[in-house]
Amino acid sequence: MSHPDVLVVGAGLVGAAIARELARAGLRVQILEAEFAGAGSTGAAMGHLVVMDDSPAQFALCQHSCARWREWLAELPAAAERDPCGTLWLAADDEELRAARDKLRLYHDHGVRAEVLDAVQLAAAEPALRPGLAGALRVPDDLVCYPPAIARALIEDAVRLGATLTVRRAVALEPGRVRCNDGTTHAAGAIVVATGAHAAALLPGLPVVPRRGHLVITDRTPLRVHHQVVELGYLHSAHTMGGASVAFNVQPRRTGQLLVGSSRELVGFDGRLERAVLARMLARATTFIPGLARVPASRAWVGFRPATPDALPLIGPWPGMEGVWVATGHEGLGITMATGTADLIVAGLTGAPPPLDPFPYRPDRPMAEAAA
Amino acid sequence: MSAPVLARRLDLVVVGAGPAGLAAADAAAGVGRQVLVLDQAPRPGGQIWRHRPGDVLPVEARTLLDRVRPPRVAVACGASVVDAPGPGQLIVDFGGRLAAVETGAVVLATGATERLLPFPGWTLPGVVGVGGMQALLKAGLPVAGSRIVIAGSGPLPWPVAAALHHEGAVVEEILEQADALAVARFALSLIGRPATLARALRYRAATLGIPYRTGGWVVRAEGTDRVTHAVLRVGGRERRIACDWLATAAGLVPRTELAQLLGCTVHEERIVVDQRQATTVRGVWAAGECTGVAGDRAARVEGTIAGLAAMGVERIPGALFRRRDRERRFGELLAQRFAPRRELRERVTAETILCRCEDVRAGAIDPAWSARQAKLWTRVGMGACQGAVCGLACRTLYGWDTAVPRPPLGQPPLGSWARALGEATPPSATPPSPAPPIP
Repeated sequence: MSHPDVLVVGAGLVGAAIARELARAGLRVQILEAEFAGAGSTGAAMGHLVVMDDSPAQFALCQHSCARWREWLAELPAAAERDPCGTLWLAADDEELRAARDKLRLYHDHGVRAEVLDAVQLAAAEPALRPGLAGALRVPDDLVCYPPAIARALIEDAVRLGATLTVRRAVALEPGRVRCNDGTTHAAGAIVVATGAHAAALLPGLPVVPRRGHLVITDRTPLRVHHQVVELGYLHSAHTMGGASVAFNVQPRRTGQLLVGSSRELVGFDGRLERAVLARMLARATTFIPGLARVPASRAWVGFRPATPDALPLIGPWPGMEGVWVATGHEGLGITMATGTADLIVAGLTGAPPPLDPFPYRPDRPMAEAAA
Repeated sequence: MSAPVLARRLDLVVVGAGPAGLAAADAAAGVGRQVLVLDQAPRPGGQIWRHRPGDVLPVEARTLLDRVRPPRVAVACGASVVDAPGPGQLIVDFGGRLAAVETGAVVLATGATERLLPFPGWTLPGVVGVGGMQALLKAGLPVAGSRIVIAGSGPLPWPVAAALHHEGAVVEEILEQADALAVARFALSLIGRPATLARALRYRAATLGIPYRTGGWVVRAEGTDRVTHAVLRVGGRERRIACDWLATAAGLVPRTELAQLLGCTVHEERIVVDQRQATTVRGVWAAGECTGVAGDRAARVEGTIAGLAAMGVERIPGALFRRRDRERRFGELLAQRFAPRRELRERVTAETILCRCEDVRAGAIDPAWSARQAKLWTRVGMGACQGAVCGLACRTLYGWDTAVPRPPLGQPPLGSWARALGEATPPSATPPSPAPPIP
């Protein structure tokens, strides 16, 4: 039996998107997944499809990816829970409001719809917020979705298009093939490693580490939140390699539940809930939405973001081994960037022109830690 | 209710005030230790001794309830554990007020719950568990004249039928899912247990005239706003019978959520304990139905052993262990004779609701999946009850593992949970120190 053109390792949202797009491009695809589609970070993620602007390269990939998501979501099943609620970046004071106005200019320069709300407009748009906030940047085209159901749907799509799914855990990369925990090897013309925070286990030297995050979901509640609401301060806490940080980030679910984040810690793959971090995170959330304190909390969990030193993903050929491609390191933007990442990988593997410049995301770029 | 006045640091927290928990608290108080008993119900006694003021209780219940009360033992009713941030630390919901409690030891006496298995129509109002029917009755539900079908398993249907009959309900029939041979062999084994036999005969005498059929179960419940008919299968034939209430369950199953949250090993649905009732987690013991359903006598002796062992009593009388082992063998017999039959797992159709909270139907689920896969892909078990009902049902239907619950337990208000977590001392600051041993 001839081997497939491409072996995609990992059926998280990034791997699932790549597999589906490769199959759609007519390539013979095999997917290797240790558990099931969306079992890892995808299943723990918030599902916020958001344009972020830490760097021009981050902004470019977010913008392209979100545009693609709006196309993809139109065709995905209802289980994808598409919610075009938009994002509100909250400015606590006048200084943050000035930062919001700077962001507004940047968004407009790139054709992303956005508007700045003053304190009165903000209170009207989101009555659950505490009074006294200076305003907000509203990005109406950001979306919310349910990632594990999308990963499942994309893998099912890929299989319909002729891809095969093999449920095995990849343990080692060898030239031209992948070795699994049961001793089997799987050869392919090209191998795409999309195992998220675990990618360095297959590719020693890959600069990806897990960054743990906590989330809490509430019961269904009459307390209404109309946007994904995030504090602007989040931008400063999000992509640093320092100690534990928490930021206010609350998302309304289509079920009427509220998803409450967020925390960032570099503690390896420690799956325990850190109650001290949880306490800080929840306390911060209630300072922004006081009514949240009375909402019943259903459950808490942790997930692991694949973090890189410069806060940009690793997308492209891996120089250490012929025929190996990498698609990981998206940190908190793996759900958002899955579509754009798939476009870049497909372009790279088929020789088609890429939809945006892939150079900033090349895995062998020199990396300095992002400014804190 | 508000939090009771607590010693600055407790020697023992007992979770559950049924026979096992009361016996554990009594034993620990007997060696002079500071004990707090928690129970979700408004009064101690557990499911078996659930009562309202003025109700007459059996003598063994009265004795224990008399001994386990302030000032000898602190008792908090309407209280439940919502989280366990570190060793020896519990976040307790005292009737709406959350507080961090520190203790040297924990005895889990969380009892059992009913194994409610889905079948077409099981979500109709009026379809309840067998123990659920008993709880409604004890809470004062008027049942005089109501037509009630009981379809259960094991000993529980008997006291429930007797009590319903006593209150004037028309118990149409008692259906036992186990077949006649299993029931006959169980009945024979009661010859060696005169007290149990006497109890069984008492219940039978109180329910004379009510048809009792073995090898029978509910196929489906019918009705639009509420159950009006039960379709039963007995002896290979289906029968449709009118009823106002359908009380049905496939026996009892240990409650292990808190044990799992604490990290205790659970095997075959039971908390794993050693000879001295110690769980696999240091500082945590377990007793009674949560370690395997074996009745209130097993629960009491296990509670005594657990209470003594948790307080560091090294020489526990051998007679207690012998009695415990005897009662445990009875429990094994119960489990064997009244194991849920295969047909109970085969009643669901693609349209049958599995998860009421999230409206997930059986057709959406592939039995080959793992529990976590089903949850992430279909939302089964993600709702308000956090899988308390459907998790157990899926476990029975598909053989899935018991999912480890994620905190908090029981949906406390987010702000109170956060505050209590913030108040809990970081675990590294005060390592738990169990009480010194008593030779």
